[in-house]
Amino acid sequence: MNSYTSWGRYPRSHPAEVVPLSWISRIPDFNQFSHPVLVYGKGRSYGDTCLNDGGVLLDSSGLDRFIQFDTHTGVLRCESGVTLQSVLRLSLPDWFLPVTPGTQFVTIGGAIANDVHGKNHHRAGSFGCHVRSFELLRSDKGRVFCSPEENKDLFAATIGGLGLTGMILWAEFQLKRASGPWIECEQIRFEKLDTFFELSAASDENYEYTVAWLDCASAGHKLGRGIFIRGNHSSAGPQDSHGPLPLPGFEAPEMLISRPTVRAFNWAYFNSQFRESTRNRVHYEKFFYPLDRVAEWNRLYGQRGFLQYQFVVPYQNREVVAEVLDLIARSREVCTLSVLKVFGSVSSPGLLSFPRPGVTLALDFPYQGQPTLDLCERFDQVMKRNGGVVYPAKDARMSAESFQTYFPQWKELSNFLDPRFESDFWRRVTPTNGNRQ
Amino acid sequence: MTRRVLILGATSGIAQETSRCFAAEHAKLFLVARDPQKLAAVAEDLKVRGAEAVETHQADLNAYSDHPAIINRAASVWQGLDAALIAHGSLPDQALVEKDSLVLRDALDTNYFSAVSLSMHLATVFEAQRSGVLAIIGSVAGDRGRRSNYVYGSAKAAIATFAAGLRLRLLPAGVKVVLIKPGWVSTPMTEHLPQNFLYISAQKAGRGVYQAITSPTSVVYLPSYWKWIMAIIRSVPEPIFAKLKL
Ligand SMILES: Cc1cc2nc3c(=O)[nH]c(=O)nc-3n(C[C@H](O)[C@H](O)[C@H](O)COP(=O)(O)OP(=O)(O)OC[C@H]3O[C@@H](n4cnc5c(N)ncnc54)[C@H](O)[C@@H]3O)c2cc1C
Ligand SMILES: NC(=O)c1ccc[n+]([C@@H]2O[C@H](COP(=O)([O-])OP(=O)(O)OC[C@H]3O[C@@H](n4cnc5c(N)ncnc54)[C@H](OP(=O)(O)O)[C@@H]3O)[C@@H](O)[C@H]2O)c1
Repeated sequence: MNSYTSWGRYPRSHPAEVVPLSWISRIPDFNQFSHPVLVYGKGRSYGDTCLNDGGVLLDSSGLDRFIQFDTHTGVLRCESGVTLQSVLRLSLPDWFLPVTPGTQFVTIGGAIANDVHGKNHHRAGSFGCHVRSFELLRSDKGRVFCSPEENKDLFAATIGGLGLTGMILWAEFQLKRASGPWIECEQIRFEKLDTFFELSAASDENYEYTVAWLDCASAGHKLGRGIFIRGNHSSAGPQDSHGPLPLPGFEAPEMLISRPTVRAFNWAYFNSQFRESTRNRVHYEKFFYPLDRVAEWNRLYGQRGFLQYQFVVPYQNREVVAEVLDLIARSREVCTLSVLKVFGSVSSPGLLSFPRPGVTLALDFPYQGQPTLDLCERFDQVMKRNGGVVYPAKDARMSAESFQTYFPQWKELSNFLDPRFESDFWRRVTPTNGNRQ
Repeated sequence: MTRRVLILGATSGIAQETSRCFAAEHAKLFLVARDPQKLAAVAEDLKVRGAEAVETHQADLNAYSDHPAIINRAASVWQGLDAALIAHGSLPDQALVEKDSLVLRDALDTNYFSAVSLSMHLATVFEAQRSGVLAIIGSVAGDRGRRSNYVYGSAKAAIATFAAGLRLRLLPAGVKVVLIKPGWVSTPMTEHLPQNFLYISAQKAGRGVYQAITSPTSVVYLPSYWKWIMAIIRSVPEPIFAKLKL
């Protein structure tokens, strides 16, 4: 029943073999396979970083054991297939994830390989900032312990290393103190992007989590309106919360994802917040993972799947956000979700990490063939003019030339690749990379 | 009350999930498995997940002579035992057991004789204690012989009959014997088989086993709809069943 697709379900890719892993002590020798290998976590990457067409996928979901948890210091060591959800179930009410993406169905291995970020990037940086050590299994070197002190180059290459530097067997990371599962959350309507940037700047200091939902279906003078969301952990108990979700979780059948319905939905969501600002105490799952409430919502996009385009541009070039929204408004593409955030300056140890200071915008589009790809290509042109970078974990289509412009460090990463590891993504963005094709 | 639980075949996919349920209630766990590395990994996991104490014992459960020592140790570390789960098993290659008597014997040892021997020793302990739960994992495969796995199925049928008798023997002592019959479960045992929609996760199965141990039941199908599936399968007349090629 398991299908090994990526979250966007585009492109389709067919591994020659899938090997379920259940024990760290029983991982097969990667050299025994005649095809290149890649670890598959939970497939929550949107594009093709977790795919290996014609190759071997090593399914890590059976490596779901904890190894050590110091409840005084919050240092947790676990196998790489443990999910963020399992960590939270174990660690709360005293400890919380240092960084979490917008879904809890992500493995620790995946969180490191893409060096994921969350709503607290302005405070905490990316996941890799909180990793203390891990052990890699490589086809050429066997087991290698990596930390900021030992094998530090391989440590840095693996954080955000797109799963290509070998298999992460287990990892140790630092949780952060929490005061229970509740988040004090505030939502503020804004009518234009400038207001968003003002709100964001004013909130960085006193709010641990900030993000905004943009009404991506409006054009003209409504362009750039949205809802700004900020929050902090709360030590108080539960409170009935009937306000709108921090982000919309849409529960519509496939054919409803069309331009008019998406516009209606965005209109309704924006206007569901009657007052200019509301305050709620919400459960962390509702705050961080609203989309997880609809299992496999990615299937709503039907057979063709969908794309996400996430970029970051330097703060001084933030007018790029409006430029991109304008490109969407003038295209025939339907943007179903758009999320905006200002990243902070905490830098990651990762060599190829995506998060960096600036403004990040993530946009979902149903895949409608060439026109959708063309629009993304136009975004890429804007990025290159403005020092922007596109997030590989979300990408299924950028050209080799674009990738290499965004990530000139890719050549350095090449030195750390496991000779047996490959992904669809890597073959796509480094086609001329020696004999690996 | 902290439960003291013995898990035989503690590295099984299903048993690990059952043990996690016990760990979450801070039980004390005595784990027996044959592979020391796997056993250590499971023990660490269960400690982190809240088990108050974890003891491990490495043994090949087809070595019958070790059985008394294993059961004695498990029953004495914490002065008594509240529950024991017999979870080890193997799904032999049917074509191979048809040809190779040693493989056949090993399959029957693993899926039947060792479980019976362990149960006998546990029965003595529980009977003397006048309390305890003995849980054995059988299988829906034991409900009717099928072309594809009748050797495995026959061992699971035998263990079901054994459990039914033992249940009656231990009834006066207040000891519960529960037989759990899972349908298809995604674990290492079945990972080489093509999966279908009737497969459930090891987590779901393991929780079902935990519920069976901690509630007053004697025979449990996992999930419960297998009871009806198997009732139908048992009632299909032989000539038709033969044509179904199951
Ligand atoms: C609803 C939703 C919201 C999201 N929100 C965010 C967000 O806010 N921020 C963000 O950064 N991302 C976000 N993401 C993306 C997601 O967090 C990342 O793609 C993440 O890496 C997925 O983890 P996974 O376990 O599913 O790994 P997969 O997608 O299966 O794999 C990702 C990569 O990790 C590698 N990998 C996995 N395990 C190992 C291992 N053990 N050893 C070596 N390599 C390994 C794979 O080879 C692959 O290259 C979101 C995704 C979804 C679906
Ligand atoms: N999976 C299913 O679909 C299914 C369906 C119905 C019933 N069951 C039953 O459920 C039980 C658990 O199986 P599972 O699905 O969890 O499969 P599993 O993960 O393969 O577990 C089987 C376990 O038995 C252990 N084992 C086998 N022979 C042993 C021996 N001689 N000594 C000690 N340990 C031994 C194995 O140890 P190693 O790890 O060292 O190999 C393994 O841990 C079995 O009784 C099985 O028959 C399973």
